[in-house]
Amino acid sequence: MLKKNLIIALAAMLAAFAPAAQAGNITAKGSDTLVILAQKWAEVYMAKTPGTAIQVTGGGTGTGFAALQNKTTDLCNASRKIKSKEIEACVKAFSKRPTEYKVCLDGLSIYVNAKNPVKELTVLQLEEIFTGKIKNWKEVGGNDEPIALVSRENSSGTYEFFKENVLKGKDFASSAQTMPGTAAVLQSVAKEPKAIGYGGAAYGEGAKHLSIKADASSPAVEPTEENVVKGTYPIWRYLYIYVNPNLDKGEVAAYLTWIRSDEGQKVVKDIGYFPLPKNLRSN
Amino acid sequence: MATNTTDSKRSVGWMGLHRGHKARPMEWLAEKFIFLVSLSAILMVFLIFIFVLREALPVFLGQTDSTAAIKAVPVEKMDTMSDAELIEYLAVTPSEFKAMDKETIKILMEVRLESEKESPTDKDAGINTASWTYLLLPYQWTGYEKPEYIWQPISQIHKYNIIPLIIGSLKTTIVALLFAVPVSLGAAIYVSQMASPKLKEWLKPTIELLAGIPSVVMGFFALIVMATVFKAVFNYESRLNAFVAGIALGLAIIPVVFSIAEDALTSVPRSYTQAALALGSSRWQAAWQIVLPAALPGVFAAVVLGFGRAIGETMIVLLASGNASIVSWSFFDSTRTMTATIAAELAEAVFGGHHYRILFMLGTILFVVTFLSNLAGDLIIHKLKHKLEGKR
Repeated sequence: MLKKNLIIALAAMLAAFAPAAQAGNITAKGSDTLVILAQKWAEVYMAKTPGTAIQVTGGGTGTGFAALQNKTTDLCNASRKIKSKEIEACVKAFSKRPTEYKVCLDGLSIYVNAKNPVKELTVLQLEEIFTGKIKNWKEVGGNDEPIALVSRENSSGTYEFFKENVLKGKDFASSAQTMPGTAAVLQSVAKEPKAIGYGGAAYGEGAKHLSIKADASSPAVEPTEENVVKGTYPIWRYLYIYVNPNLDKGEVAAYLTWIRSDEGQKVVKDIGYFPLPKNLRSN
Repeated sequence: MATNTTDSKRSVGWMGLHRGHKARPMEWLAEKFIFLVSLSAILMVFLIFIFVLREALPVFLGQTDSTAAIKAVPVEKMDTMSDAELIEYLAVTPSEFKAMDKETIKILMEVRLESEKESPTDKDAGINTASWTYLLLPYQWTGYEKPEYIWQPISQIHKYNIIPLIIGSLKTTIVALLFAVPVSLGAAIYVSQMASPKLKEWLKPTIELLAGIPSVVMGFFALIVMATVFKAVFNYESRLNAFVAGIALGLAIIPVVFSIAEDALTSVPRSYTQAALALGSSRWQAAWQIVLPAALPGVFAAVVLGFGRAIGETMIVLLASGNASIVSWSFFDSTRTMTATIAAELAEAVFGGHHYRILFMLGTILFVVTFLSNLAGDLIIHKLKHKLEGKR
């Protein structure tokens, strides 16, 4: 473990001095949601293929796309789809649309405090809670207490995903507290009995995960691997890697193929995300 | 050094050469070097301000356009459009345009069509939300029940009302000053006037040690410990709020205010106190009625500097204030400050876009506010000093 860390550190140091996109030297930048998984992939892949150095950094999906268009990174880890503004910038920079690869699935869990008697909510109820229409827990079958909303900073891909898919593009209620990371969301929910928050299913110690119904008549579904991969759990998303098509060859292409192979997808499970369905894999 | 300065007044010599003096070129060089360093510090501040202002200027002048609606032209029209039209439509520079081949232009036009499909269609889509009306005044957006001050920059329609952020900054700063000023002034009076020399030797460095706590550690402490304890004591609604952040901020500015106020109080001539005591006043009377008024300019400067530090502090409020952008004067509601907003959002803002420019505008406002408060402090100090010294 220590040795591997040392290799990563050395690789990072080397990469800091060498320009990106050298043979055997891959840089990946972007989403903080993906950064742990991307580091694990890099670690396993480097152990398997000596001579390849992969440097992974976070900073946010938007930061990753900016780096992709400046050609300071080979791969952009993204927790949301690329926006048309970003495609435009990339086309201006390298005359082609960036290639999109789906690399794994993530279910978004809804966290509440362990003392909260509410066990399930519908997607519509979630929308109304987070836009501020439902203000009291008793309206959704809980105690007579006001609801405290815990959200993410608006720079996070998770925030945008939740806003688009659960709130249908509406604004979060202004009273929602915003936290700098999923861990901070969990921490707040764990300490505040009235709170509700959202974040990756991989996190989750210390708070209760709610079961979600797609609509009032459908069954409540827990955010387990089986349900997410089957698609029955309603709040899930793909995580992506984007690459400049001019660079998608040789070492980079081999790495991307490996990530989407059975072997790469096995790593996904260890980190707590969900592997791609068989038809989306590379082999 | 003192003789040197009087000498130089009499006759200015090249490289420190005066009649009857030994040549000291190294000292001369050192002096000039220090002068240059101090000059470069001033230049730095000036350049930083120019840079921040330059990024923010389009907002101040109302030249940014954040209209959400996009009008696209079908791709087939490409051949009928002139180069100049294409350059304007695709928002590229002429040199960029020259470097592009037909295929690239075609892709760009397709992308533009896709953005039109994505762009919102409601009644507010045509509004330029980065203009002053929408930055400062409430507006009833689609889906809202009444006109409100809304900061929602990542939204289909970018809502950039800065009023909640300004109120947030003021709220946390007021709490911090209300808490820190009495505490640190009390401590300063005690340490400078009443404590025994031995106790003073211990107290002063210990209080100043607070300044050594990194603000991120203080913020973390507020987030984990203080928020929980205060909630148990006061039993308010939201766990993280202006009050928690303000108290933590207060802890951070106590050493600043204390240190300067204590220096000011100590520098009041001992003879003032002695005269007061000789005339039969108690120690408390001497400290409160003689020394404190005499040291008022310094004490005032301490408070002003504390204000500047509190309104500019970022990490503590980012962690402990809850960061909800609501307009409310209650200290027990979550609040979002200007500094925390810049820190949280700048990394993701599109470089040179309207969100980016508005964040820089917030930076300019902060800069101007601290500058003006320091200036006002300086002017008042001068006035008070003259008055206290019996001059006009």
